[in-house]
Amino acid sequence: MTPKSERKKYKVIGTRPIRHDGADKVTGRAVYGADLRLAGIVHGKILRSPHAHAKVKSIDTSAAEKHPGVLAVVTRADMPNLKNKIADLGEGSVNLAHLGANVLAHDKVLYKGHAVAALAAVNPHVAEEALKLIKVDYEVLPSVTWVMDAMQDDAPLLHNDVFTKSMGKRASKPSNVPTHIHFEKGNIEEGFQAADVIVEREFKTASVHQGYIEPHVSTALWNQDGHVTVWTSTQGAFTARAQTAELLQIPVSQVTVVPCEIGGGFGGKIAVYLEPVAALLSRKCGRPVKMVMTREDVFEGTGPTPGSFMRVKLGATKDGKLVAGEAWLAYDAGAFPGGVIGPGAMCVFSCYELPHAKVDGYDVLDNKPKTQAYRAPGATQAAFACETVIDELAEKLKIDPLEFRLKNAAKEGTRRVDGPVYPRVGLVETLEAAKNSPHWKSKLEGKHRGRGIASGYWFNIGLKSSVAANVNNDGTVSLIEGSTDIGGTRTSIAMQFAETLGITAEAVHPRVGDTDSVGYTDVTGGSRTTFATGLAAHEVALDIQRQMRERAAILWECEASQVQVEDGAYCHKDKKLTFAELAGQLGHTGGPVVGRATVSPEGASNGFGTHLVDVEVDPDTAKVTILRYTAIQDAGRAIHPSYVEGQMQGGAVQGIGWALNEEYVYSDQGRMENASYLDYRMPTALDVPAIETIIVEVPNPAHPYGVRGVGETPIVAPPAAIANAIYAATGVRMTELPMSPPRLWAAMSTGKKS
Amino acid sequence: MNDFEFQTATTVDEAVSLLAAKGDRARVLTGGTDLIVQLRENLREADLVVDVKKIPELIQYSLTEKGLRLGAGVPCYRIYGDEAIRKAYPGLVDSARIIGGWQIQSRASIGGNLCNSSPAADSIPTLIAYNVICHIAGPEGRRTVPVAEFCTAPGRNVLKRGELLTELEFPAAARHSGGAYLRFIPRNEMDIAVVGAGAWVQLDAKGETIERARLALAAVAPTPLFLADASAALAGKPATEATFKEAAAAASAIARPINDKRGTLEYRKHLAGVLIERSLVGAVRRARGEKWDPHV
Ligand SMILES: Cc1cc2nc3c(=O)[nH]c(=O)nc-3n(C[C@H](O)[C@H](O)[C@H](O)COP(=O)(O)OP(=O)(O)OC[C@H]3O[C@@H](n4cnc5c(N)ncnc54)[C@H](O)[C@@H]3O)c2cc1C
Repeated sequence: MTPKSERKKYKVIGTRPIRHDGADKVTGRAVYGADLRLAGIVHGKILRSPHAHAKVKSIDTSAAEKHPGVLAVVTRADMPNLKNKIADLGEGSVNLAHLGANVLAHDKVLYKGHAVAALAAVNPHVAEEALKLIKVDYEVLPSVTWVMDAMQDDAPLLHNDVFTKSMGKRASKPSNVPTHIHFEKGNIEEGFQAADVIVEREFKTASVHQGYIEPHVSTALWNQDGHVTVWTSTQGAFTARAQTAELLQIPVSQVTVVPCEIGGGFGGKIAVYLEPVAALLSRKCGRPVKMVMTREDVFEGTGPTPGSFMRVKLGATKDGKLVAGEAWLAYDAGAFPGGVIGPGAMCVFSCYELPHAKVDGYDVLDNKPKTQAYRAPGATQAAFACETVIDELAEKLKIDPLEFRLKNAAKEGTRRVDGPVYPRVGLVETLEAAKNSPHWKSKLEGKHRGRGIASGYWFNIGLKSSVAANVNNDGTVSLIEGSTDIGGTRTSIAMQFAETLGITAEAVHPRVGDTDSVGYTDVTGGSRTTFATGLAAHEVALDIQRQMRERAAILWECEASQVQVEDGAYCHKDKKLTFAELAGQLGHTGGPVVGRATVSPEGASNGFGTHLVDVEVDPDTAKVTILRYTAIQDAGRAIHPSYVEGQMQGGAVQGIGWALNEEYVYSDQGRMENASYLDYRMPTALDVPAIETIIVEVPNPAHPYGVRGVGETPIVAPPAAIANAIYAATGVRMTELPMSPPRLWAAMSTGKKS
Repeated sequence: MNDFEFQTATTVDEAVSLLAAKGDRARVLTGGTDLIVQLRENLREADLVVDVKKIPELIQYSLTEKGLRLGAGVPCYRIYGDEAIRKAYPGLVDSARIIGGWQIQSRASIGGNLCNSSPAADSIPTLIAYNVICHIAGPEGRRTVPVAEFCTAPGRNVLKRGELLTELEFPAAARHSGGAYLRFIPRNEMDIAVVGAGAWVQLDAKGETIERARLALAAVAPTPLFLADASAALAGKPATEATFKEAAAAASAIARPINDKRGTLEYRKHLAGVLIERSLVGAVRRARGEKWDPHV
């Protein structure tokens, strides 16, 4: 926790002003993609594959084209040839042929729900009717939806041009395993020899969906002058622009992306799905084309997070020191290469000081939608495995699980298995806060009840951010941010700007700009926005301040360097002007003041959290009730504490969903059986208690205010913490997610027998 | 969703003739909480939708010494909003309170729940436990069917072309009797029963011996199940834990569920027993005049 003296340093940071977009959001005035109305707008729908894996032999659109009210039909034939094209979309290179084939299937459909064709019609009902007239001739192929099955030699092969890359070498035979990652530190054999106790377990997790409330929605207008405008729900206007332009093979300057308000993304609204298709339809019919997914489309056609199989082995000495860790992780990537095994492999041991470690990770193709990022992508699965084994080790060593974690916690100087050495980090502080928390100190009484603890880790990436500002003559500032706002960042960025400039948060009017109004900015993701775009806002404020001193110097006929800034006011000798007073004099001191900054902070920073949970398990039905939940996290510096708490609570609730009920249920034919919120069971308000939060502040040395990203870490610990609590309550170690009632009951019944 | 015609009937006869004309291309709309969803998701198609909420007979109910006559279209909120019904038929209230949330309950009817004929419907075990008689109007006149015989397969029932469910007739609440309904869902709301169990008992004046009982299960067979043998076996038994456990074992044995996204076969068979036992406990306690809250 921050000492009072430090808190006093700040006037805006650490306060809880009303968010700038609050009134619009609560009155329903905020404009989301689905609210968009344009003159002459028409409606697009997508025809999706009923098969999990099939060759597309032919597509006959003639009947649909003739249907009254249909204005355009597009298929793979309308996509540019993207073969062998690689593009850099800001977060590493992407194989455009794969991205394109995900948007509209080429020679094969690779999952049930894969887009095959699209059409635009005068209204959504006509469009839906006309879809039935598109005739697709499929040759159905065997399919595979479980990661371990997909790795077998005789598994149905998804792509014949994907070869395993392993330690710089490429295999000669095509396979469903695009990548094998290997990290090693120390000497693993020696490490395990030094161990007195070793625990090794295997874990499975199901695919889960990000579950944003707002389905994907995009509208595109391909104008007669060749310019394409896209209104869309996205986490990154610039990445949506880059992907759309690359897929259509037109220059980025020919595409404007207008980000609408966004009803949740959690990593799932980075890849494009509808944008290029709507653009192609618009090019054909000359009208703006709006496309809205149904919930079923969202589940079946957009990114879940991987299903996984993991084996984790950890060894410790009698006195409770971890000596070695080994992990074998296979994550499915869905239909196209490039899942989240990388971060999974980096994160699996990220909370511990491990002298000897080895991690093997496999990216695996199977007949599911292409997996996408989901809040700390890859880390939650890995933490479920590692933190469960940690718990079991502590038990075997008869050491309190919290003390065991404290004893082995990663700290400044710890080298992670993939190489980086941590600077100052706050895991120990979160564990200490947990130890001192009212929750940990409380007694848990009653039958069938248990308490669990787990820690979690996630990076904050840097990447690029731009912010621009215009000073208004009434002393307010309009701030244009390049980051789309999914979690209240409009305000947390504006607050950093206000703090630096010495004005109030209310005196800043933040807006999210479109791709023609603000400098390039990477996605809102990777827990980077409050950190990196906040840094840009701080620099804009410094830029404005410098210009304001120059203006004051003109008024006072002195040097700019002689103008002092005190408490946000500009002073020279006995002269003093507040920011607002000086802003009123810009007109005759040289005109408007405009500030701008772009940043590209190097490297990643680190965020740790520790979660505590009490559960009760019904001994007859195996239903788990969460009695109490506390999330503790190092926020570096909580700019707007309510939003930090909101992130911690939201992440914890999503993690509770992973733990207890959420999963893609597949039929033998590879079809998702539960593509609705009725049977894809996210927690409701009645399923979670109020999540208690404790913010720990160990300032990030790489940020002027010490900010660490907080958005993702909170989803990492919950499944493991709950599994550990279930063990405490029932004596059964669950190694498979979700720990749904039928699964837990089965484990409890066999547990009883043995 | 395809285009369809929409008509509002104001009498039973009018509804019957509209329905009879269009046969299986016509659908009755009561609360619409099943029908509209099914039409929108292309699970059902209709050329004609007939709203029956303007037919007085369907939206009335009367509670007399002869029992409860419940119009097929009466929405759930009116049922649990009536104190006399809460007292006389607490099992019905258990069902009415858990169908969807309050938004759904302000539209959804028990008649609609029955006519939708889902194996997992939350009111049907209750209706079976209370031994309800279904009143049906059709082109050939009126007829009645015991509710245990109403459903024939998932989504199917005994209603023929042009027929309409008009009323549900509950026998008078006997002295020392009580009913209860419980379902298991993995969450705490907005879910479909993995298993549902309804129980009704009549005890002797001392509250010690079960004189008559009726048990029913949902989501363990293609239709909601009346446990005729297990119910009959309870007659004359002491209302004790051992008796409840016997009934539970019988329920587990008779349940023939499937593996699906909502639960495994083994788990459902086990749950059938757990829930029958718990709902039986509830019914007995209520028969004794004690308070009991359904909670799984
Ligand atoms: C969000 C949500 C949650 C739900 N939760 C539950 C739940 O927890 N438990 C549960 O059991 N159900 C649930 N349901 C389903 C539904 O709400 C219930 O089945 C409800 O009781 C249906 O009643 P209704 O009046 O809305 O029927 P409608 O939708 O109007 O009709 C249902 C069916 O019966 C036919 N029908 C209706 N009335 C008659 C009549 N008088 N004669 C002949 N045929 C008729 C209709 O044609 C239709 O096929 C839920 C639905 C939703 C949307």
